[in-house]
Amino acid sequence: MNRQTKSKIDSGKEEGASASVVNRRLFLRSAGLATSLGTIVIAAACNDDDPDPMIPGTGDSVDLGSGDVGVLNYAYALEQLEAAFYTQVIATPFAGITDAEKTILTDIRDHEIIHRDFFKKALGDKAIKDLTPNFATIDFTKRDAVLGAAKLFEDTGVAAYNGAGRLLKDGGNLLLAGKIVSVEARHAAVIRDLLKPKSADFAGDDIINENGFDKAVAPADILAAVKGYVKDTITGANVGK
Amino acid sequence: MDIFKIIDDFQKIDGDAAGRLEFATRRHFMNRIGSKLATVAVPTVFASIVNKAYAQSAKAIDVLNFALTLEYLEDEFYKAGNAAANLIPASDKTIFTQIGKHESQHVAFLVKALGDKAIKKPTFDFKYGGAFNDVFTNYKTFVTVSSALEDTGVRAYKGQAGELLADAQILEYALQVHSVEARHAAMTRRLAATVTANPAMKGWITGKEGAVAAIYAGEDNMTQGGVNLKGLASKSDAAITEAFDEPLTKAAVLAIAGPFIKA
Repeated sequence: MNRQTKSKIDSGKEEGASASVVNRRLFLRSAGLATSLGTIVIAAACNDDDPDPMIPGTGDSVDLGSGDVGVLNYAYALEQLEAAFYTQVIATPFAGITDAEKTILTDIRDHEIIHRDFFKKALGDKAIKDLTPNFATIDFTKRDAVLGAAKLFEDTGVAAYNGAGRLLKDGGNLLLAGKIVSVEARHAAVIRDLLKPKSADFAGDDIINENGFDKAVAPADILAAVKGYVKDTITGANVGK
Repeated sequence: MDIFKIIDDFQKIDGDAAGRLEFATRRHFMNRIGSKLATVAVPTVFASIVNKAYAQSAKAIDVLNFALTLEYLEDEFYKAGNAAANLIPASDKTIFTQIGKHESQHVAFLVKALGDKAIKKPTFDFKYGGAFNDVFTNYKTFVTVSSALEDTGVRAYKGQAGELLADAQILEYALQVHSVEARHAAMTRRLAATVTANPAMKGWITGKEGAVAAIYAGEDNMTQGGVNLKGLASKSDAAITEAFDEPLTKAAVLAIAGPFIKA
């Protein structure tokens, strides 16, 4: 009996101790996402006059709204950024772009534009305004800068959809998000294969955990990670609520 | 700088942290049971934790066992493929080793999650009743079957998401596996395009084109969320179908996977 009581207390303590380990790991993981985006921004900013690209510009304040509409507007916001990014990539191709790369990036541009325009149409008068992207920190003339940014946008998109799925109440909306997230994951894998052909990077250990799981990240963390790329200040406090 | 203060602030921002923390802590706790805490009280505690964590609904158990069936299939397929001599060229070994690793991890996770409710591993026939007799001797066949399996996997997980609406944490796990399968699918499609000399085949699915009609049925859908997308943003029908992956019902998936399962 004594033994039993003791083990219960011990197990409680173990849970407490492991909780702080886990806290730290979760924190570092989420911070890692923000930092990897930040690194590119800072590295690119060295050739740029922009004083601090991580501080959003003086654009409008945009509230994504609440409930499922909030989640769909959140997706719409991310698709707006992706569509604008690839539109620029194709309008000003990087030096030495191959035909195969151009075909792939044009396909992805079209998919993102379709996603963006679909959300706009589906949301109707509940859609947020057109956002003003800020890609001043991305050097569109350089292959590594463009594909590096594409990789971050796609991986972030996957993590965002994965993290937002549980916030949806309506099965139809969940299915819709599911139809799009796997296409974003396909983009991520192909971009990663362009960067490091035939390596393990298409589903690399930097992004897939020891359970074979992709990332799932909550809206607040995603919005913080992408805020340097948009002039507007986006608030998503009530997304899914 | 107080790291614990930062962690606390972070948790306030990340509403999901509590849920993830609950699971991760529990998993950590379960790992410890094996080592230090094997006492009389543990089985009861363990059972209640497992029930709370995973067995929230009969629906969820069904979905997890369905997923486990497919993951067993994929895992065994890549184990055999990766072990076969003179099948996978050296240049592509890394890719299939990585995919095989993930499928083993998915099996391990699902078996652990389901505990004594996990189904047993079936016996497989990767020759598909004679249709793919050279699957482990001809790389072209191997890549084609791999690509077909991955695309089916993506569609299978997608079709089950709605069944998990009431189990938020399990839904999230399923989504996290779903996107990994999509990464695999894109990569194996790129390889398939090469081995079959079909440059029209890309990382994404165009229309309903594919080696096995049943696997791609309905991928040419043009209506999303009740909105007909034909002509949207002046994009082609092909691009519109590529921009959305479609689900498959459990029955459709089992019809496709059935011939792989001997018993």
